[in-house]
Amino acid sequence: MNFQRVTQASPERLTLQKPAIPAFVFSHMTLPNSPLLVELKNLSFGYGDRVILNDLSFGIPRGKVTALMGVSGGGKTTVLRLIGGQYRAQNGQLTFDGHDVGQMNTEQLYAARRRMGMLFQFGALFTDMSVFDNVAFPLREHTKMSESMVRDIVLMKLDAVGLRGARDLKPSEISGGMGRRVALARAIALDPDLMMYDEPFAGLDPISLGTAARLIRKLNDSLGITSVVVSRCRRNISNCRPCGGLGQWQSGSARHARSTQANC
Amino acid sequence: MNFLHPAELGYAVRQKLADWGYGARLLGQLAMMSGACLKRFGLVRDQVHFLGNYSLAIITVSGLFVGFVLGLQGYYTLQRYGAADALGLLVALSLVRELGPVVAALLFAGRAGASITAEIGLMRAGEQLTALEMMAVDPKLRILAPRLWGGIIALPLLTAVFSAVGILGGYVVGVLLIGVDEGAFWSQMQSGVDVFKDVGNGMIKSVVFGVAVTFIALLQGYVAQPTPDGVASATTRSVVISSLSVLGLDFILTVMMFSI
Repeated sequence: MNFQRVTQASPERLTLQKPAIPAFVFSHMTLPNSPLLVELKNLSFGYGDRVILNDLSFGIPRGKVTALMGVSGGGKTTVLRLIGGQYRAQNGQLTFDGHDVGQMNTEQLYAARRRMGMLFQFGALFTDMSVFDNVAFPLREHTKMSESMVRDIVLMKLDAVGLRGARDLKPSEISGGMGRRVALARAIALDPDLMMYDEPFAGLDPISLGTAARLIRKLNDSLGITSVVVSRCRRNISNCRPCGGLGQWQSGSARHARSTQANC
Repeated sequence: MNFLHPAELGYAVRQKLADWGYGARLLGQLAMMSGACLKRFGLVRDQVHFLGNYSLAIITVSGLFVGFVLGLQGYYTLQRYGAADALGLLVALSLVRELGPVVAALLFAGRAGASITAEIGLMRAGEQLTALEMMAVDPKLRILAPRLWGGIIALPLLTAVFSAVGILGGYVVGVLLIGVDEGAFWSQMQSGVDVFKDVGNGMIKSVVFGVAVTFIALLQGYVAQPTPDGVASATTRSVVISSLSVLGLDFILTVMMFSI
């Protein structure tokens, strides 16, 4: 089985295209040493005897939106979980900002995760907390901010996803699409360097879908973060104008089907 | 007739040992986290409130009826030997030594244990535990440890309430309805119940039951399959295993405490 390179995202190799939106702004990050924030080298992973990823290599460039596409069960979400250190690769190397995720101890892994945000497919909001408390959760856990400052940041993040007015509602009182936007506000609460979106368009109506895609693009540009979007549908994903690269494959053992790259 | 193949038997035993090992390791990890957990006492306090306060109604009502029955049954047995005055002592010893800790723990397993397992299992199914991990928050420290300490603190308090209400139930039936002498009822109890040997040992039992019931509920929820039937069977397993553990542990503790 020969899992080829899906996205070779070295800036030198990106084909030039006229950018519609500036690629990224280093608003809060220090200048990177490497153009790639995440790099996978000959990575293999499987559940038991079932091989999901085989000899996968690609990179995720800083400050850009990178899209991962493929069939269901092809290992797209697994890649996100490998980047987050929830799974350990059986072979190969995965680095986050130059550090090997597979070699990190728990403390180092948690330190790396504090620089990542992840939007889960169904939001994964804490159902016993209000929308406000959900977004405030990472701030209260990881910082010693005063409640007034937490309130300001939470309202700012909710405003960024257009849900400032829903702060007192419970997750059960909002729609699925709204829940996902709240989860997005929670994921960006700590201003992560890397934002991972797991199927952010699943189950959304066409209008919400376009809004979600534009939101991903807008957050990426305004916060200067790096984004990885996993989706099954190319049409949906093209709405966020991925410029870090678009990797597509058909199944885990499979071959690389197509790789398109664009520079913005 | 199908016999179990030795290889299958070996596999089953190894699986069971691995499960036990995982459970023991998790208990050890939670014990190691006690200091950090108790530092954020607000989380523990919330769990004492959730597990304790919301179990008060069932504990109080059950304690009252157990007290009623003890008063009646005790009276009919004791009056055969002309010892009806010792009814207060019988009711109090039965409750603080055995019935209080055991019945309160069984009710706690049904009310709070099932709720803990379902909650943790649904958190697992809804990816909330994964979300915590991705937010660099240890779910064992943030979710499991406060619930364990909440159960350890709440169950002895519930046991005390159960025993106290049960004694009042025995008083209502024995003294107010049947007419046992009130002075004898209370004085026999006062002279015959030892604070350390009876009440203290009963409390030690309830602390042990608190650890067992709450930990089994947490473990079953934590390892539950993230599906509706996975959570349902985990909840059932939680109540069955913790109830049997309470009864088994009660025998062992009784042998250790009262056999001499």
